[in-house]
Formats: sequence, structure tokens, C-alpha cells
Amino acid sequence: MSDVLVVKNLYKRFGEVLVLDGISFNVKEGEFVSILGPSGCGKTTLLRIIAGLEDYEGEVLLENKLVNSPGQDRVMVFQDYALFPWKTVFENISFGLEVKKFPKKVIKERTEKILKLVGLQGFENFYPHEISGGMKQRVALARAIICEPRILLMDEPLSALDAQTRNYMQEELIRIWKEINCTILYVTHSIEEAIFLSDRIVVLTKRPAKVKKIVNVNLERPRDRFSNEFVRLKAEIHKDVKDEFELV
Amino acid sequence: MKFLTSLAVFFISWEVFYHLLINDPFLLSPPSKVIPTFLQLLLGKDELFFIPLDTLHSLYHYAYGFLVALSTGLSLGLVAGLYRSFRDFIHPTIELLRPIPPIAWIPISIMLFKLTHSAAAFIIFIGAFFPILINTIHGVSSVERKYIEAAKTLGAKTRDVFFKVVIPASLPSIFTGIRIASGVAWMCVVAAELFGVSQFGLGYKIQLARYYHSMDVLIAYMLAIGIVGLTLDHFYRSLEKKFLKWRRGLTIE
Ligand SMILES: Nc1ncnc2c1ncn2[C@@H]1O[C@H](COP(=O)(O)OP(=O)(O)OP(=O)(O)O)[C@@H](O)[C@H]1O
Ligand SMILES: [Mg+2]
Repeated sequence: MSDVLVVKNLYKRFGEVLVLDGISFNVKEGEFVSILGPSGCGKTTLLRIIAGLEDYEGEVLLENKLVNSPGQDRVMVFQDYALFPWKTVFENISFGLEVKKFPKKVIKERTEKILKLVGLQGFENFYPHEISGGMKQRVALARAIICEPRILLMDEPLSALDAQTRNYMQEELIRIWKEINCTILYVTHSIEEAIFLSDRIVVLTKRPAKVKKIVNVNLERPRDRFSNEFVRLKAEIHKDVKDEFELV
Repeated sequence: MKFLTSLAVFFISWEVFYHLLINDPFLLSPPSKVIPTFLQLLLGKDELFFIPLDTLHSLYHYAYGFLVALSTGLSLGLVAGLYRSFRDFIHPTIELLRPIPPIAWIPISIMLFKLTHSAAAFIIFIGAFFPILINTIHGVSSVERKYIEAAKTLGAKTRDVFFKVVIPASLPSIFTGIRIASGVAWMCVVAAELFGVSQFGLGYKIQLARYYHSMDVLIAYMLAIGIVGLTLDHFYRSLEKKFLKWRRGLTIE
């Protein structure tokens, strides 16, 4: 399978502070890759660079094209959703189609399809402050996948949810990922979440972040958090990173 | 109901106050005299004092000055809100001019525009311009970056970011500016007309009523000013409700 995203020798400084210290990895077509790293190591910064929101030194290639500005081929789901409070659920989701000037009819059809995919029918006309955290998360996801990006960038999208909703949303995310066949780069600081979701995990060190190792997760889906292999892998990654950070 | 009770209590106290303490029709009029006068002037029973005609004149002055303030205040505010360097550049001048009361501009206005509608409109413009400008700048410059970035990654170009993010996000603040400006503008109408910039208008007629020592007419005109001001405020509130539907439940109001 071909590489959708290639990151090569990526460096990022904020003034004097080095945040990313020569990061390299790739993401293949259709893959679910997680970035796992301690708080403050530069995960958000890495995603923002790929999204085209920050400048950088090194190479970030999306399908062999150098990334240098934001675009619909790399849509980002933000850590705090950033839904537009002045737009309804429907209008938030259809935003990406609206700016591309699709005909009204197409917008309506495609938005309704996505609403159904993420399970938000009946909430079209609600405003973001009128729905729950889990629903906001679905809106943010729907708003991103409607653009059909080559890669979906997700920044700890579930960290604000309670444990139960989070587990449920992880399963939902996998269902949606399979149904629309997209490529996902997912940032998290939870080992368990990374194992549950990903094909591969890129483990980062604390700041300045380097790639500590890349773990292949060869567990069958749907995954069972309590299976022996799952628990063993969790312990293994935990041992690898425990000098970097204390984690769940 | 509450509305009527509040007014009834007010008018009764005024009536009692008048009979107990004043009792001189050259100093003050009681509502028992003012309200009939008001109705008569409303219906055109007097040639000189015809409230509807004067209201139209005053509204014309108001609209003239207010619309000029709205268009200039909004455009300048949008540019200054978007570009920090321009904002910093005009800031000292704004801060110098803003504390000068509109009334202090009356002599200059009359010299520049003579006794014309434009002279009145200029005073109103001065009063309305700064609230609109300041609130627009505040609204635009405090749009959260995350909304702009989200829009950009969703494929929005500069134009979309401006019309679909910056404008709606700053609209609550812009509306606040408009409402404050409208209130100030309406007060300025009266002040501007007192100086005889035209032979009609609520403010001008107050002055005239004083000249004729007709207290009941004077107060009837004051009532008219209050009623029109209240109506204007209601108008902007209903516009705000319509355009800021999404704010319902987000604020304690
Ligand atoms: N615009 C900026 N200017 C200066 N420093 C910044 C800026 N953005 C981020 N940093 C610094 O870069 C480092 C990495 O920040 P980043 O937000 O990428 O971390 P993170 O891994 O996403 O953390 P968290 O897990 O808490 O979300 C932090 O030390 C932060 O203070
Ligand atoms: Mg982060």
C-alpha cells in the first residue's frame, strides 16, 4: 500500500525552545496510526504542522506534495472541537461543502448521509451549546469527514469525555473508519486507547519530542481490552515509556 | 400589566407631587393636563405644534446621522479589528476624540453646515460613531483563533473566513455597539435641534414651547421623545433576537 503521509526529519522551534527534534514516520493508505506521547511533548504541534497551520523545518509530504498551507485534504478535529457556536449542527457539518460552493441539493443529501453515519439524525437544528459533549464530538468528526480528506487528523478528540462515553466513542470511531475507508492520524496520551484503535503506534519521547519507537498492533478487530494479548502489549509499551511519562 | 401598573404609579405620583408642592402651571404641568394636550397635539389640533410631523423631522435627522455613523463606524471598525497595526495607529486619536461630548461639536457643526439638516446629522453622527467603532473593533479583534483555523482546515478561503467566521462571531458585539449608539444618537437629536438647525423637530419644539411658556406642550413633547426612543430600542432588540438566535440559552439574558 502506498504512503499517504510522509514526515521526514521534522524540526520545530518556538523561539529558542525546540519542540520537535527530528521526527520521521509515515502513514499508509487506509491506516489508523496513533501518536502517543506525554503531555506537552508537542503532539498538537505535530498535527498542526501537518494541517498546514504552523511552519516547520524538514519535510512533510502529503501524496508527495510538500505541505505548506491548510487544505481540505488534511482536515483536523481539534482537541476542544472548535464547533461554530453560531451555526446549527447541520450548518457546522455542511461547512466544508458550503465553502466549496456545492449546489444546495448536494449539500443537503451529503450532510444527511453523514448525519446518519454518525448517528445525529434529529439534532440537525440544535446549536452546539444545546447538545452533549459526546454529540459535539460526533459533529466535529462529521464536519471533518464530509470533506473526504486524504488523511483525518484527530487531536485527543475523546479526552474530554467520561470513561464510558469514551469507550463507546472509540468503538463508534472504528465503525465509521471502516465504513468510509479513510486514513486516520490520531493523537492520544492513553496507551489503552492507542492499542484499542490503531494499526501502528508512533511513541514519542518527552519534549523535545523524538520518535522513541513504532509499535505494530497485530490484534484482531473487534479488540477486547481484557484479552491476554491486549494486556500484554499494554504492559510492554508501558515498560518502554515509563521513564518518559506516567500513564494510565 | 406590570407595564401599565408601573406607568400608573408614576403618573399618579407626579399628579400628587404637582398639587402638593408646585401648583403653578408656569413651573410644571400635571399629567391630567399633559396627557390631553399630548393627544391633541398628536391629532393635529394645533398648527404650530404637530407631534407626528416633528417626529418625522427628528427621525430624519436621526436616520441621516446614524446611517453615516453606521457605515463609517462599521467599515473602519472591521479594518481596525482585522489589522493590528492599523488599530494601534488610530487608537490614540480615537481616545482623544471620544471623550469630547457631541454637544461640544455644535458650534463647529453650525459653522461647517450652517443651519441645515446636515448640521443636526453631524452631531448625531459624532454621538453614534464611537460606540459603533469601538464595539466593532472589539468584536472583530476578539474572534477566537481556533474558529478561524478550523474554517481554514475545512477549506475556507480568506473571503469565507471573513464572511462566515469573523462577521458572525463579532455580531453580538457589533449589535451592542449599534444599540448603545442608537440611544446616544437619539439624545443628540434633541440636543442638536435645540439650536435651531431646522424649524421642525421634537427638540426644536421643546425650545419653542418654553418660549411660549406652555408647560403642558413642552412636557408632551418630552413624552413623545421618550416614546420614540423606546420604540427605536425595541426595534434593535427585535433585530438582535432575529440575527442572534443562536445566543439563546448561551447567556443568562
Ligand atoms: N504558539 C506557541 N508558542 C510558543 N510555544 C508553544 C506554542 N505552541 C506550543 N508551544 C509549546 O510547545 C510545547 C508542545 O505543545 P503541544 O501543545 O504541541 O503539546 P501536546 O503534546 O499537544 O500537549 P497536551 O498533551 O497537553 O495536549 C509546549 O511546551 C508548549 O508550551
Ligand atoms: Mg495537545
